[in-house]
Amino acid sequence: MEFKEKLLASHLAFEERIDFSDPVHQTRLESLKTFEEMGFPSRKDEAWKYTSLNAIVRQDYALFPKKESTIQLKKVKKYFLYEIDTYKVVFIDGVYSPFLSDTTHDGLDVCLMSAALSKAKYRKLIDTYFNKITNKDDSLTALNTSYTQEGAYVYIPKSVVAEKPIEIIHFSTGKEKALWLQPRNLIVIDQNAQVQILERHQSLKDHNIVTNSVTEIYAHQDTFVDYYKIQNDLNTASLIDNTYISQEKNSNVRVHTFSLGGKLIRNNLNFFLRGQYCHSTLKGVTLLEDQQHVDHYTLVDHASPNCESHQDYKGVFSEGSKGVFNGKIHVDQIAQKTNAFQQNNNILLDDKAMVNTKPQLEIFADDVKCSHGCTVGQLDEDALFYLRSRGIPKKEANALMTYAFANNVLESVELPILKKRINKLIAKKLGVNLGFDL
Amino acid sequence: MAYTEEELKKELETKEYEYGFYTDIDSETFPVGLNEEVVRRISQKKKEPEWMTQWRLKAFEAWKNMEEPEWANVQYSKPDYQAISYYSAPKKKDQYKTLDEVDPELLKTFDKLGISLDEQKKLAGVAVDIVMDSVSVATTFKDTLAEKGIIFCSISEAIQEYPDLVKKYIGTVIPIQDNYFAALNSAVFSDGSFCYIPKGVRCPMELSTYFRINQAGTGQFERTLVIADESSYVSYLEGCTAPSRDENQLHAAVVELVALDNAEIKYSTVQNWFPGDKNGKGGVYNFVTKRGICHRNSKISWTQVETGSAVTWKYPSCILKGDNSIGEFYSIALTNNYQQADTGTKMVHLGKNTKSTIISKGISAGKSQNSYRGLVQVHPRATNARNFSQCDSLLMGNQCGAHTFPYIEVKNKTAQIEHEATTSKIGEDQIFYCNQRGIDPEKAIALVVNGFSKEVLNKLPMEFAVEAQKLLEISLEGSVG
Repeated sequence: MEFKEKLLASHLAFEERIDFSDPVHQTRLESLKTFEEMGFPSRKDEAWKYTSLNAIVRQDYALFPKKESTIQLKKVKKYFLYEIDTYKVVFIDGVYSPFLSDTTHDGLDVCLMSAALSKAKYRKLIDTYFNKITNKDDSLTALNTSYTQEGAYVYIPKSVVAEKPIEIIHFSTGKEKALWLQPRNLIVIDQNAQVQILERHQSLKDHNIVTNSVTEIYAHQDTFVDYYKIQNDLNTASLIDNTYISQEKNSNVRVHTFSLGGKLIRNNLNFFLRGQYCHSTLKGVTLLEDQQHVDHYTLVDHASPNCESHQDYKGVFSEGSKGVFNGKIHVDQIAQKTNAFQQNNNILLDDKAMVNTKPQLEIFADDVKCSHGCTVGQLDEDALFYLRSRGIPKKEANALMTYAFANNVLESVELPILKKRINKLIAKKLGVNLGFDL
Repeated sequence: MAYTEEELKKELETKEYEYGFYTDIDSETFPVGLNEEVVRRISQKKKEPEWMTQWRLKAFEAWKNMEEPEWANVQYSKPDYQAISYYSAPKKKDQYKTLDEVDPELLKTFDKLGISLDEQKKLAGVAVDIVMDSVSVATTFKDTLAEKGIIFCSISEAIQEYPDLVKKYIGTVIPIQDNYFAALNSAVFSDGSFCYIPKGVRCPMELSTYFRINQAGTGQFERTLVIADESSYVSYLEGCTAPSRDENQLHAAVVELVALDNAEIKYSTVQNWFPGDKNGKGGVYNFVTKRGICHRNSKISWTQVETGSAVTWKYPSCILKGDNSIGEFYSIALTNNYQQADTGTKMVHLGKNTKSTIISKGISAGKSQNSYRGLVQVHPRATNARNFSQCDSLLMGNQCGAHTFPYIEVKNKTAQIEHEATTSKIGEDQIFYCNQRGIDPEKAIALVVNGFSKEVLNKLPMEFAVEAQKLLEISLEGSVG
């Protein structure tokens, strides 16, 4: 049986595990129909021209892990940002782990999707927000929607500043040989509130895992949202990340994506700027090796005037790794005075590495400033020579240059401890000790 | 004279297409429809050898199994390929020996087109091959060129007189099954130009083809093949016009360029097909396949000024096969009213040390949509490939759109690729500055647009540059948003 058929057939089994009466069940069924009609995207779809899911969907995956797993804190401690100073929503093989998590309802809600779906007091919020900004024509999002059950639910009320960052972490233990996970997150930030969120997917053992995740973020007026995605998984793990962000007037949303490892990563990052004077920042560092594949697919939809968006994606590719960047800026006719910038720089270190990039502009308003720039090249020979002539070995010189190349993105990371962590990760990837901490 | 913006807009909208006349020439037209028989008859009409007929039939076979592409960012009602006549020729008795024998009506047409053959012959030193309704009607300067060994004639003549050359190169750059329109063209092309520059010869003058669709209900399918043998040089110009009609006419041409070792080809186009009226009615569908192949140390340079056509679908490309070869693409695409253009280039780097440059300027006004779609591809063996692309768009008014779809695919670590694109409008301060100095808005816009397009205009041969500038001015004034 093909995996698509299995997904369709297993939905009945899935229905037995959930509460039928919850507010989203109708949406689930509609989405399942969409997925049934569309199936998995193929390379014939323009959006998937450079990334093939064939190898992934040809295999078979378990959809529901057989038993609940526990992991010892000390084994996974290193994946947390802080031990205590964050709110944590932790899932193990897709199942919530109360032991590792640290949720709250005190002043703000950091809890579970399943809880939000089942409790009457959340009903109104779910009705207002659930599945409202997703792309209804995206089959993978539809697939996720049809299996909506678990994930993180975050609600920051009016004028509340979340005092601790929120970590959303998915561990997979490898108890199932092959596992397909579909977490669904909903994040609502009410007027004038602020929050920092960190998302991470981590497998603890080599095994075949695919995560098809959907996150919806609603940033209301005057909000500030700082979102970090850390993708440094094992070479057997694949991630399809669909993030939809809706911004109201005067909000500021920043998303940083660090793609440092994984078999195949696809980031669908969508921004919808619905109010005036919004600021959006999309930044990413991609550092790949060894047949890894990362595809950044971004959309910034300027639907109102006077907004500003900045995109900056840096990629370094070695040893047969493959990078794709597809950035789309859409400026509506009414979105006058839009400033939209996009930058994508790539360095190829190996003959087998490959970069495909397609920065797209679609502009329907005349009083705008839009630009995109894109380069593919190498590290500057002269600069390397300069460093080496001053006694810095080749490897370190390369590392320094690569680090400098990515620094633009790192600079704007506002969590000092995270910045330090990522610096270390990058140094480790490059196989050197940079000799300085930032 | 002081214009208000409103007046300017009005004048702009109602500005008639200058070349929209129709010439009443006795012509022979096939009944509409396309089938194997029609393909055979075209071939027969042209007195073609059997291999050519077979080649056409093969293309027709391929075409039947293909689907019209839909990926371009344009919307139009697809032409009914069975409602087009695939052959329309001005009736003629014999080959014209001199210009005097040419139908006087035809000569008047050329006068209106602004290309008095005689005058051009003397003053501009341009050899012109004129293709009207797909049939080549006049080729000038043949003798002068023959002295140098340059062959410049209609393609049907070439098929008969130089079958070896044609057979060797036709369809090598654009295979018959390349795409839907190229296959269609290969099956039914009725004429076009052929040019061969022998080894080491530098063509002393600009070669030029002028295309015109005259007859109603016909499609124009011409085929151009330019071969520059080793160490030769040629500069080739192409221009086109069509009468104003309510219906959409189809133009599906194929242009193949072959630059052998150390050769250089410069191919310039001023495309001014009828763009449709201000309500978007009528206009030419311009679905053209143009591609050149560069052998060692050779260079192909495409320059295009696109101002006409209701729908444009055109990607002049360079296959940089030989080491050290160079491909260039300079383009101005201007759309107004309801025009739609999806145009750009492909640079395929196969050889070592290959270089390519892309400069594309898009100007959209009225309710038009203007897209740049380009591909830069560096293959694994193309070490030290270098590309620079720049796509700038200028928007006038808030009902038009400008889009950029660059594809960059790099499979070699030594490649250096740069791409940049910007979108902006004509600054009000720029206009104000000019106004202050007594330059009226109309002139000011022309000035800014000219400045915006300068990089490309500079690449055009002199006589074309003048025409192109005029064309830009006609369509653009008074569009400050």
